[in-house]
Amino acid sequence: MSNIVVIADAREGKIKKPTLEAVGAAKELAGKSGGSVVAVVVGHQLDAAKQDLANSGASKVVAVDAETFAQYSGDGFARAILEQLEGLSPAAILMPHTAMGRDLMPRIAAKLDAGLVSDATALHFEGDRFGATKPVYAGKAYKKSMATRSPFLATLRPNNWEAGSGEGAEVVDASASFGSDQLKAIVKEVVSAASDRVPLQEAKVVVAGGRGLQAPENFKLVEDLAAAFGPGVAAVGASRAVVDAGWRPHREQVGQTGKVVAPTLYIAVGISGAIQHLAGMRTSRFIVAVNKDANAPIFKECDYGIVGDAFEICPALAEAIKAAAS
Amino acid sequence: MDIVVCVKRVPATDSKIKVGADGKSIDPAGIEFVLNPYDEFAVEEAIKTRETLGSGSVTVITLGTGDSQKELRTCLAMGADKAVLLDASGLPGGGAGLDACATARIVADHVKGIPHDAVFCGRQAVDGDDSQFPSRLAALLDLPCVTEVAKLELSDGRYRAERDIEGAREVVDCPTPCVISTNKGLNEPRYANLKGIMAAKKKPLETIAVSAAEPATETTGLELPPERSGGKIVDSVSDLVAALKNEAKVL
Ligand SMILES: Cc1cc2nc3c(=O)[nH]c(=O)nc-3n(C[C@H](O)[C@H](O)[C@H](O)COP(=O)(O)OP(=O)(O)OC[C@H]3O[C@@H](n4cnc5c(N)ncnc54)[C@H](O)[C@@H]3O)c2cc1C
Ligand SMILES: Nc1ncnc2c1ncn2[C@@H]1O[C@H](COP(=O)(O)O)[C@@H](O)[C@H]1O
Repeated sequence: MSNIVVIADAREGKIKKPTLEAVGAAKELAGKSGGSVVAVVVGHQLDAAKQDLANSGASKVVAVDAETFAQYSGDGFARAILEQLEGLSPAAILMPHTAMGRDLMPRIAAKLDAGLVSDATALHFEGDRFGATKPVYAGKAYKKSMATRSPFLATLRPNNWEAGSGEGAEVVDASASFGSDQLKAIVKEVVSAASDRVPLQEAKVVVAGGRGLQAPENFKLVEDLAAAFGPGVAAVGASRAVVDAGWRPHREQVGQTGKVVAPTLYIAVGISGAIQHLAGMRTSRFIVAVNKDANAPIFKECDYGIVGDAFEICPALAEAIKAAAS
Repeated sequence: MDIVVCVKRVPATDSKIKVGADGKSIDPAGIEFVLNPYDEFAVEEAIKTRETLGSGSVTVITLGTGDSQKELRTCLAMGADKAVLLDASGLPGGGAGLDACATARIVADHVKGIPHDAVFCGRQAVDGDDSQFPSRLAALLDLPCVTEVAKLELSDGRYRAERDIEGAREVVDCPTPCVISTNKGLNEPRYANLKGIMAAKKKPLETIAVSAAEPATETTGLELPPERSGGKIVDSVSDLVAALKNEAKVL
């Protein structure tokens, strides 16, 4: 029986939502293609990760837990995963389109001489072929591709599938045939951003500011608005104009040359809505635009718009959201 | 240090995309093509390395058709030493059916024959937005790889590379030879000046006809997303919050 394998993105032994979404997507796909869902995780001190995966809806969890894999190594992780794939006869292999997924999956695909659709927003099984649809040209078009041979690989855009759930998967401990002396590129250090911040791509709400804020210190308006949603809910984003001006760090940039986000709610404050910015946020579930120019292109792309001065609207909105939340 | 830089010709980021008659590819009419913006960082980093070390070479390579000579010349004008065009125009559809799997295989086969202490790529080509090629190339060449690099330092033949991941920054130690894919923030790509443009005309640009590689995926359709009809303009903050709460149900 052919399996749908999900490769977990586990950092510091933790499984985050995009991996659980990938298991959800795999179950959905297995419903059409047959086969069962196997999750593979590589890392160190994986007890919590194994538990989370066992309750994610997978039928089986394969864990390669060794000190060798305490830190990420693209070549090392790929090799460990390839060793496990050999026994699993995968028909399809899925992973979230996270920094790790983007780095690792093409490497695995190349070793398997297999097709990969990255950043997929839909998966297909037609006839006996797997395939996927993904945004191309920065979301200006969607491309559907079908595999011409097996296995088929895809990385999945976060926030696009329901997280899987279930319980009681069989958990198998496996090991790698090699040690840390075989690893080449190795992560030496992970410098975390302020811990009270939700990562931009995982946030349910993103409040992004642009040149309309007029000066770096005015980003306080955006930060306060984000904070109004309560702890751990909203992240702050920025347009390229303000990143290039040095007001905000590049890691906050949303758009074609920044990050692609798809939160439930995206609030664009003082952002005109240039095509390259839209590329990074147009698949958000709901888009709110705050802009003083009624003709700003962002109003064409938003669900709700409010024409006016950000300096008045942001504080009022923050208060109203706090009130609505409590 | 000899560095190979993989580059691609892509539509400018502000292009209006229309679906072509085949329903699978874009209609190129009226589109301006440019060097992939992320590849500018890769070319800049390679030239800077040669300048800093005072030795070595920078070879740019692309798999494309004759049109891509323009982007290769741009790289030469920036300061690359030589260019290689892997010409796919003899393949069915001018190479239109090549996917990431086949592309990486063809380029890897040729990069093997060029001395390289490092191979630089952009983090993603802004046409297919694949971000697959660099890791695939590394696997095929059996090299280590660091993708989406925002800071890069070389000492004693090893790279210290920094890359942003969700909520943090990773510092990666990587031996050479290796593959590096470049992100925005790594450097400020230089513009080609007139002197560079003149010099580029005399630099070697080799064209090699490539033979087919079996793609692992086929494109079956290309569609434009449904157009957004434009948002509902609300009059006040309280109307907005009411809409978010009652209609969108996001509060
Ligand atoms: C290759 C390339 C890649 C790019 N990649 C990206 C990318 O990844 N991300 C990105 O964002 N951009 C990107 N850009 C840049 C993009 O084209 C725009 O220049 C940029 O998005 C504009 O930023 P902005 O909306 O903040 O500024 P502007 O376009 O200057 O807009 C400012 C807006 O603020 C409004 N405003 C002014 N004052 C107020 C006020 N008091 N209250 C409310 N509203 C106010 C104005 O009406 C205006 O609409 C890229 C460009 C290129 C060429
Ligand atoms: N046809 C190609 N020829 C040479 N390099 C390429 C080609 N396609 C992609 N690349 C390189 O791989 C990077 C990532 O591209 P992609 O994986 O297609 O998003 C690009 O920025 C280029 O550096």
